[in-house]
Amino acid sequence: MLTVDDLSAKKGRLTLFQHVRFELLPGQWLFLSGGNGSGKTTLLRILCGLSRPEDGRVLWRGADVHQAPEQLHQEMIYMGHALGMKEEMSALENLRFNAHMMGLTFEPITTREVLSSLGLRGREHLPLRVLSQGQKRRVALAKLLLYPVPLWVLDEPFVALDAAGLSVMTQAIEAHLGREGALIYTSHQRVHINAPGQEVSLQA
Amino acid sequence: MRIFWSLVRRDILLAMKRPTEVLTGLFFMVIVASLFPLAMGPELNFLRRMAPGILWIGALLSSLLSLPRLFEADYSDGTLEQLVLVPSSLPLIVGAKMLAHWLLSGLPLVLLAPLLGLQFDLSSDVLLSLMLMLLLGTPVLTALGSIGAALTLGVRGGGVLLSLLVLPLMVPVLVFGAGALEAQMGGLGIQAHVSLLLAMLLASCSLSPFACAMAIRLAVE
Repeated sequence: MLTVDDLSAKKGRLTLFQHVRFELLPGQWLFLSGGNGSGKTTLLRILCGLSRPEDGRVLWRGADVHQAPEQLHQEMIYMGHALGMKEEMSALENLRFNAHMMGLTFEPITTREVLSSLGLRGREHLPLRVLSQGQKRRVALAKLLLYPVPLWVLDEPFVALDAAGLSVMTQAIEAHLGREGALIYTSHQRVHINAPGQEVSLQA
Repeated sequence: MRIFWSLVRRDILLAMKRPTEVLTGLFFMVIVASLFPLAMGPELNFLRRMAPGILWIGALLSSLLSLPRLFEADYSDGTLEQLVLVPSSLPLIVGAKMLAHWLLSGLPLVLLAPLLGLQFDLSSDVLLSLMLMLLLGTPVLTALGSIGAALTLGVRGGGVLLSLLVLPLMVPVLVFGAGALEAQMGGLGIQAHVSLLLAMLLASCSLSPFACAMAIRLAVE
């Protein structure tokens, strides 16, 4: 599905990582580990086509991501450190905008159901700025539950989540992998995911 | 196309939720245009002669005031990188943001201009052509300014740099916009000025989204 071939990245003169290679298959997760500053976020951004690698290629279903990103962008959700949600708008307004950006129709009833299953009942109309960090994460999580795409690229998805949030998140991941989806994530927390997967470690 | 309108709607919705940003530019224009007649005295001939220049400078500075925030909020909360990842062309998305910016900062100026022009004793046909020229000129200011806004994303003190970058490019708009009114008051036609501004409008609106898109890709990298 996703092939990373001999990837190297630099920040200025500093080499972050070299000769990274792996292959991700449907139904599998890939855990990217490494210390602070080892280039995990950079690698994820290269995979999505946001940044360019120093050397090497990323292939999505055989097509180079940096030459023809359209197919990948249609089939991927990237969640970075910044959630990409508007603080002034409510959860529903944010998710409606997200649905339209992904070319999907917004379904208010399903969206409300997903939000209540994430413990946000009664807060659907509040602007995000009055929600806590963890609650904002849960709104972003709703995006993953609502729009089924084959590839999830998640940068530190477990940050700010409480125990309940964590178990909702792992359940969502397991369901996604069960649907033959794939997942790449970074984290400083070890989370047990009940599905086949691999760990790729970046040395700082 | 739904992505386009959805983004325009979101930007207008966001502006409604924090109206100060939009109103600052408008109030600035009103203040500039009202202070000049007060400071220069009520001599009507003199005011009429100064009016085109003052109103155009007011419009230009007021649009410069709102430009730095065009992409800034989306950039800092991560929305901009999500927009780069949207499976649709980035220039189209940038175009939507530019249209929303013009609707919020340019169009109000066009509608407000005749009221401000009254303070300078402009006749009704001059007021009409003032509106026409602003209608053609303010989108050019937005289009040129958004290139600067995209280039200065993430730069500290980007606002000043932005003004330095785009002001020289905006001068022709100022010259022809104000020139048209002077020509009309002098009894000449404004057709040449209208054609020139229209040409600038078409050129800048068709090319600027592509330049902005490239600058934004660099900024989020």
